[in-house]
Amino acid sequence: MNATVQVTKLHTIAHGRSGDKGNRLNVNIIAFDEKHWPVLRDQVTAERVAELFAHRGVTEVRRYELAQLHALNFVIEDALEGGVNSSLAIDTHGKCLSYLVLGMDVQVQDEMVTGTPPGAEMQKVP
Amino acid sequence: MFRIGCGAGFSGDRVDAPRSVVAAIAAAGSGGALIFETLGERTLALGHIARRQDPSKGYEPLLEEFLEPILAQCVTAGITIVGNFGQANPPAAAKAIQSIADRLGLGALRIAIVCGDDLTGKIDLDATERWEGDSRLPEIDGEIIAINAYIGAAPIAEAIKAGAQIVVTGRVADPALALGPLVAHFGWDWADLDRMAAGTLVGHLLECGSQVTGGFFADPGRKDVPDTANIGFPIAEVEADGSFVITKAEGTGGLVDLRTVKEQLLYEIHDPASYLTPDVTLDITGVQLSQLGPDRVQVSGARGHAAPECLKATVGFYGDWLGEAEISYAGPNALARARLAVTTINERILRRGLALRHRADIIGTVSAFDSDEGDLLFDYSDTGAGDYRVRFAFASANQRDVERAAQEVNALYCCGPAGGGGVRQSVRPRVRTLSHLVPRHLVHPSFSFAGGTP
Repeated sequence: MNATVQVTKLHTIAHGRSGDKGNRLNVNIIAFDEKHWPVLRDQVTAERVAELFAHRGVTEVRRYELAQLHALNFVIEDALEGGVNSSLAIDTHGKCLSYLVLGMDVQVQDEMVTGTPPGAEMQKVP
Repeated sequence: MFRIGCGAGFSGDRVDAPRSVVAAIAAAGSGGALIFETLGERTLALGHIARRQDPSKGYEPLLEEFLEPILAQCVTAGITIVGNFGQANPPAAAKAIQSIADRLGLGALRIAIVCGDDLTGKIDLDATERWEGDSRLPEIDGEIIAINAYIGAAPIAEAIKAGAQIVVTGRVADPALALGPLVAHFGWDWADLDRMAAGTLVGHLLECGSQVTGGFFADPGRKDVPDTANIGFPIAEVEADGSFVITKAEGTGGLVDLRTVKEQLLYEIHDPASYLTPDVTLDITGVQLSQLGPDRVQVSGARGHAAPECLKATVGFYGDWLGEAEISYAGPNALARARLAVTTINERILRRGLALRHRADIIGTVSAFDSDEGDLLFDYSDTGAGDYRVRFAFASANQRDVERAAQEVNALYCCGPAGGGGVRQSVRPRVRTLSHLVPRHLVHPSFSFAGGTP
């Protein structure tokens, strides 16, 4: 039987947080489950992240891999419309922007990726 | 083992949060430290403005609310308080803290004031380099309010070794708030770079308060967080070898797990092999995390390299004027009417010849993700109905032009698309900041005790 490929939002297999320093944005993207680490590593490229932010005048995206954490860190230059003190945007810090990346489509093989993500069992609300 | 808790992750954080942290550290019975990180780039400039207007101000506005409920227990339990809540005026903050102590009948406290970060009027900026992350921002074009260098943990550690119960700082590197008490407690050698890295990592994970214990994390159905209204703030249990556990007080909300720690580990980190601080260059590429039990994550493997030659300094200067004005459109064809409001204002600004930067967001479509140019605004597909708020932002050095633009939005009440309502407008001056790199030999950190306490 051939492997089936499902297209899903990165949000279903990964989480992340964004932070700012001046006009420089960083976004970390972390796999919920280590089995999805190769999906992040292979598909969530610096080029694709740069495309997502192209309309904001991004000049450079650097990607760092932290394999033992199943995490990527993106450093995105000039994405913050001048930074917290000179931006005209509502979200001057860019705190919403990790979710721009988490909205990216990725291809996942052989499984359904809906429902509660792995690793969350210990933290169920009582 | 040494326990450090965090009482605030920013100026404006929850003022009741430190109580459970202090109660848990006190119950453990062997003292510890409590840090407050309340100083952002903008907060500092605002502090300087406040101090200019009133020499007794310029420190954290919520200082009394943060400290009053926990000060007595910290003194009794031997928990050293370290905070950058001195902001632009650490001596005034120290005075305010002693006033609280007087009210509580605690007598004269040993309050140390760290100084040396304030370089205002003391250095020639033209002789320094701009920090690379801000390299493409425009030149400083307003009166300089303040220049403050991020200084390291040494004066904090020395003050605690000299018996300080409370250490008040202005601008220090955020992780130094934790590294200082750790160096004082364990007697770590400044040349032991792996210990400096470990202590810096403790500070990095603690400095944003609940961001490591389930704050800024909840995403219902994907990342559920129990009792978000009562998230417990973090406590690090640090061993002499630099390994540590992140946890929180029992009975509080929130959670500590691999996911919360990973998000905070990489928060505001650029190159993970090279996180620059005044004390050490932190390398987190070999950091290992392990969940020891509910709300207990062990962290180890931080490596240190030599500290950078220059310190980062924040330059705050008077900027431009920011105007914001909003109007709502709802019901059938709302998005089309909202877009017409945008194009109408764009045209009005052109016709009046207003020289300003401006942007429009249609809240309910892509306002948070869009650019100033509105690249995404007109591509978003119209659902035929909705409830949209159009938000305009204007900036210029000319206050009057910004006021005129905001007034044009007000005029949409009569001259704009059908059914526009709820106009709100504001115009306010902005403080701007840029970072420069200052050679270390120009910066002289030190501490002294408030009130001449020996």
